[in-house]
Amino acid sequence: MTLPLHNGELLDRAKIPQQNVAEFRQQVIARVREGARVAALFGLPGNGSVPVLAVLANGVSGTLELVGTEISSEYPSLTREVPQVHWFEREIAEQCGVIPQGHPWLKPLRFVKSQRPGHDAWGRTANEQPLIGVTNFYRVEGEEVHEVAVGPVHAGVIEPGHFRFQCHGEDVLHLEISLGYQHRGVERALLGGPNKRTIHYMETLAGDTTVGHATAYCQAIEALAGCKPPARAQVLRGVALELERLANHTGDLGALAGDVGYLPTQSFCGRLRGDFLNMTALVCGSRFGRGLVRPGGVGFDVDEACVGQLRERLEQTLRDVTGAANLLWDTSSVRGRFERTGALTAETTREIGLVGVAARACGLERDVRQEFPSGIYQFVQIPVSTYHTGDVFARAYVRWLEIQRSAAFVREQLNALPAGPVRAKVGPLTNNAAVVTMVEGWRGEICHAALTDGTGRFARYKVVDPSFHNWFGLALALRNQQISDFPLCNKSFNLSYCGHDL
Amino acid sequence: MFRNVVIRLQQGHRTIGFPKTEPTMPDRFRGRPVMDQSKCPVGCRDCAEACPTDAIMIDGKGLRLDLGRCLFCTDCVEACPEQAIRYTQDFRLAARQRDDLILSGESLKLAEALDKKTRRLFGRSLKLRQVSAGGCNGCEGDVNVLSTVVFDLGRFGIQVVASPRHADGLLITGPVTGNMRLAVKKAYEAVPAPKIVIAVGACAIAGGPYINHPEQHNGADSVVPVDLYIPGCPPHPLTILDGLLRLLGRLEDGRPRS
Repeated sequence: MTLPLHNGELLDRAKIPQQNVAEFRQQVIARVREGARVAALFGLPGNGSVPVLAVLANGVSGTLELVGTEISSEYPSLTREVPQVHWFEREIAEQCGVIPQGHPWLKPLRFVKSQRPGHDAWGRTANEQPLIGVTNFYRVEGEEVHEVAVGPVHAGVIEPGHFRFQCHGEDVLHLEISLGYQHRGVERALLGGPNKRTIHYMETLAGDTTVGHATAYCQAIEALAGCKPPARAQVLRGVALELERLANHTGDLGALAGDVGYLPTQSFCGRLRGDFLNMTALVCGSRFGRGLVRPGGVGFDVDEACVGQLRERLEQTLRDVTGAANLLWDTSSVRGRFERTGALTAETTREIGLVGVAARACGLERDVRQEFPSGIYQFVQIPVSTYHTGDVFARAYVRWLEIQRSAAFVREQLNALPAGPVRAKVGPLTNNAAVVTMVEGWRGEICHAALTDGTGRFARYKVVDPSFHNWFGLALALRNQQISDFPLCNKSFNLSYCGHDL
Repeated sequence: MFRNVVIRLQQGHRTIGFPKTEPTMPDRFRGRPVMDQSKCPVGCRDCAEACPTDAIMIDGKGLRLDLGRCLFCTDCVEACPEQAIRYTQDFRLAARQRDDLILSGESLKLAEALDKKTRRLFGRSLKLRQVSAGGCNGCEGDVNVLSTVVFDLGRFGIQVVASPRHADGLLITGPVTGNMRLAVKKAYEAVPAPKIVIAVGACAIAGGPYINHPEQHNGADSVVPVDLYIPGCPPHPLTILDGLLRLLGRLEDGRPRS
């Protein structure tokens, strides 16, 4: 038994079906066989046994389902039957000290202490501080096999993470990605909220996805408080979300060009990304959209002059992005490096549960805006952009398709902004309630799940950044590639470290 | 090839005139805040209580705001019944001392240049290694942007390099998480002396939104000595650039040194 729900629907926590572990496993396995993906799987660490919840998302039928169980200390791992939960099971083991028996690579995910006193999946004592990056990495042995370790401090201006390559000559046999360096305790700090810091945590889960995560959070709060944001606010949120996508996709195209040494597009897109960010700053004063999305609506309204400026800048910037992007597709040396590099099959992608651009680049039509629309996307459809080759080229090209569609959406919305207020009043949150919200951020599916306690405070607030699903995709994309293609493959995914580490 | 040239011409010249000409900031840009204590009702603490990072202090010394902790959000402005706090468009915020970031009233002691000897070494060529140590990748985004054609950091002789061994100093972002502490220390030790450290953003100055979380260390100066603090969440690229140029003694009263 599962509980069907909508994106952003208020639920009574007591109605979430609680099943024994065997039934729970069967439900998850059956739904995934039917074509659902696991949008979230998480535990509620406390003193007793651990309640575990799964959010199952079937994009074809457009159904979301919740199912729960309780685990005392161990349970048979689901990873062998449902590979896409492997990362989630490691997270539950680390946070709640329960052991998924038979997990093929049960290693710490973020190298943090268990949040359940007296229970640790690796038998460490409460005083023992886990040492980041110290784990039993895979090793390939044999003549001429060598290991390359990179990070946490990288050569570029990017976030910290550790990468271990097992190589034979230039060829990568296996890449293992070990994260946790950006862990700053956000999920723990969210417990007992919301409070005056909560929205700021949401805006900085992944700073380049401020609008995406803040929207998912605000939709959760609005469901829990029974508040309906005004239409004008919904449209402005949509415009901001697509501007965020436009900025980041444009930046990524430039960075991809840079990674193959094609400087014109790199240098053009570096500037153009900023032009999109400056459009967001025009609305709310912050290039990253800080202060824009607020529970009940948006923190800033736009006047005629501002809308006029946005429209004008959109056309100018889009024209220049078009020129810069088309140079990529028309330059044989670029295509030569993009095509057939870091390819994933649709089958692998489905199996390991990738989302966002990486999934769509393999032909999977995974897009929350289409599958589980909320806000303005319930009324305005943006076609899903896909490509079929699953390689760096596909990931780049899907970004370009999405740039065009996002720009068309922004243009259309700016031409028909509904009148009225931009913020509604938000009351107290419902007690013992639950809500799941999903937003298609520029990297892919953002999923937030909030559970309140008897006083309307957060008993658990789970954040799943799209990067959480996708890091393993990067590892697999590197198999049998040249190690020198790592920067290019990495950029084609462009995943978030902080969104993963939380 | 012909197309390349056409597109190149279409893109135009995009490098901004700063510091020779004053940049235009967006109308709603939140730069240096100013406070007018004379407007404060007696005993009112609304702004201090609304501040997510407790950056606002109201005590015997009056109303003060710690720019190092400030997220430049609108919570205090919205909470104030008398509009006693407002943001200006002044993007110049960098300071040499942590205490200089504590603002009372309007004035802010902006960063002074390095001493003559260090300036002779770094003034015309400064290589920095960036270390991201927690945070949200927002500061990294706006540091990265300095290398684009818009800001063209290279024209000032400043460059971000790939290894601390090639660097004259570190540019640190993030609150220094427990999991990055050792890496920050090692990166600092790997930079040859004399070296400088620049803390960019609210996280690297004081922990940002994560201030006092046990998982982090409330900023870079808990681990290494800091020579320049650049506030913001994240700081505008111009705030960072202005700070760097001040440190190198390349600006006088906001204008390039002749």
